[in-house]
Amino acid sequence: MNILDCVELKKHFPVGRGALLHAVDDVSFSIGPGESVGLVGESGCGKSTLVRLITRMLDVTSGDIIYRGRNIGFIPARRFAGTQFRPKIQMVFQDSTDSLNPRHTAFDAIAEPVRRLGSTGGAKTLEQAVAGAARMVGLPAELLPRYPHQLSGGQKARVGIARAVVMMPDLLVLDEPTAALDVSVQATILRLLAELKRELGMSYLFVSHDLNVVRMLCDRVIVMYLGRIVEQGPAAELFRNPAHPYTRALVRAIPSIGGRPGEREVLSGEPRSPIDPDPATCRFYGRCPEQRDRCRTEAPVLREIRPGVAAACHFS
Amino acid sequence: MSSEAAGPSPLLEVMDLSLEFRTRSGTVHALQGVNLAVRKGETVGIVGESGSGKSVLSFAILRILDAAARVTSGAIEFAGMDMLAASERSLEEVRGREISMIFQNPRTALNPIRRIGRQIEDVLAVHTSTLRADMKKKAIEALARVRIPDPERRYHAYPFELSGGQCQRVMIALALACNPQLLIADEPTTGLDVTTQAAILALISELAAERRMATILITHDLALASEYCDRIIVMHAGHVVELAPTGQLFSRPRHPYTARLIASTPAPAQSIATLASIPGNLPDLRRTDLPNCRFHERCGRSQDACTALALPNIPVDAQSGVRCVNPL
Repeated sequence: MNILDCVELKKHFPVGRGALLHAVDDVSFSIGPGESVGLVGESGCGKSTLVRLITRMLDVTSGDIIYRGRNIGFIPARRFAGTQFRPKIQMVFQDSTDSLNPRHTAFDAIAEPVRRLGSTGGAKTLEQAVAGAARMVGLPAELLPRYPHQLSGGQKARVGIARAVVMMPDLLVLDEPTAALDVSVQATILRLLAELKRELGMSYLFVSHDLNVVRMLCDRVIVMYLGRIVEQGPAAELFRNPAHPYTRALVRAIPSIGGRPGEREVLSGEPRSPIDPDPATCRFYGRCPEQRDRCRTEAPVLREIRPGVAAACHFS
Repeated sequence: MSSEAAGPSPLLEVMDLSLEFRTRSGTVHALQGVNLAVRKGETVGIVGESGSGKSVLSFAILRILDAAARVTSGAIEFAGMDMLAASERSLEEVRGREISMIFQNPRTALNPIRRIGRQIEDVLAVHTSTLRADMKKKAIEALARVRIPDPERRYHAYPFELSGGQCQRVMIALALACNPQLLIADEPTTGLDVTTQAAILALISELAAERRMATILITHDLALASEYCDRIIVMHAGHVVELAPTGQLFSRPRHPYTARLIASTPAPAQSIATLASIPGNLPDLRRTDLPNCRFHERCGRSQDACTALALPNIPVDAQSGVRCVNPL
């Protein structure tokens, strides 16, 4: 059984005068047990909204979110924290400097979810749980009484991960966990995440701008563009042989040591408006280097083009 | 951006610059003996971890340092002008007109309550003799040059109405409005998507080539520096530890820190297992007993000589150099 199934998820925000901003539109995908799925796309493509729907911080407009076979999409976001599912879906936030309370010690930051969601086990079990989580993420116990400003970037990242895994979740949603880190510590945090997944058997939904990092950590990748999934497939294959023109542009835009920017076509134009988009036009129309007339009059649907690879393009 | 043969005199020369911050918890030795030369039409990259002194160096060039900062030695010369001795009045002439800067976060660098067209006009009014009647036309031209779609309409937009990439284009339009001789771009694409990043950097390099403008690109991303810079200096804890033409720096890094940085930069052929990290942290720059080599505690090749011998800084006129007793 899958850990998570999203079925035709939609989130539309009213933006006045009856207009709707289609932040997430008809998104369906699954995450298997122990699987690591990357979610990529430019800012404004709906990644963050999708994450907030899945972590149940935001109510859906329509569609289902199914956790281990049980529909949790209809539970109002404000009541979700009181359910048995909250400890099972946890999140690691983007910048650990911003997401840690400066007035809480590392111990308090990690203890917070246990106090709120855990069983009433008393101070002893709380201490054990925090110490256990700190050990798992390689945070030395003597750092637990410290405040965020007394910790290095890598140590703060470990605190952010420890508080997410302390409840032993099934699904960990990671929002750009390495974006604020120097390359000097990035590798150690990525190795830690790979190790934790192996040891705890968690599934990951990994949101990142850094496609090289996604390629290294994820089994499968989902590419979003303007609220829709435009491609999904195995990570290695997607980077080697991208099927959708947008994915191709993304992969080609990754800078590399010794790379030649002059030989790279730059995606021109701005994305179409996400407000009341024309249902008959491909969302990538106007920026696509391979567009034809058909793309304006018939929006492509996501379809399997090779085993395990799906793309939303007429010409893939 | 094309490579420039070593001309007679560089546009910008930073010579033996040392700088410290006096704070309540001690004196932070932020820069020590930094040398840097930038020639017309050339793009020089400054790379290193956060805290290595990249931004402080660029703020020092523009003399926009915090009040706690003290330059303890050295000189900065820009187009024949002694920047450290210059009056505030003459600095105002240089900033924005001769040297422009693109800051890291365009949303905080732009005035949130002023229309973007007006913000460009403000720069033109201060630094050029543009006639009032021509202002709007010039501002719209500046927006069109950085390929903001529909510039006549966007002239009236506020920063919050634009995407991050468009805000960064506006920042570039502001920075280039007066045809500066030197552009300092401090992490100009951090936080932007790879597709937007590629478009912004293509734009900067194209405009730089067109006007033979010199560019300093400050970035923590070595892959990015490798693609857009002619020469690169590597900074660590306030020292320039290596200088080399871009190709040479990556094919044959000489400082152990450079080699480690390259090995820890994710590349297409890399896996989590092969990606390196750099042990330890930058030393506390408040220490009074900072060693000659501030990297030796993190370095796998450290010897007694690393702390005992005096290490010369890389000379300002060098084409390449390394600040290490035991280089690779």
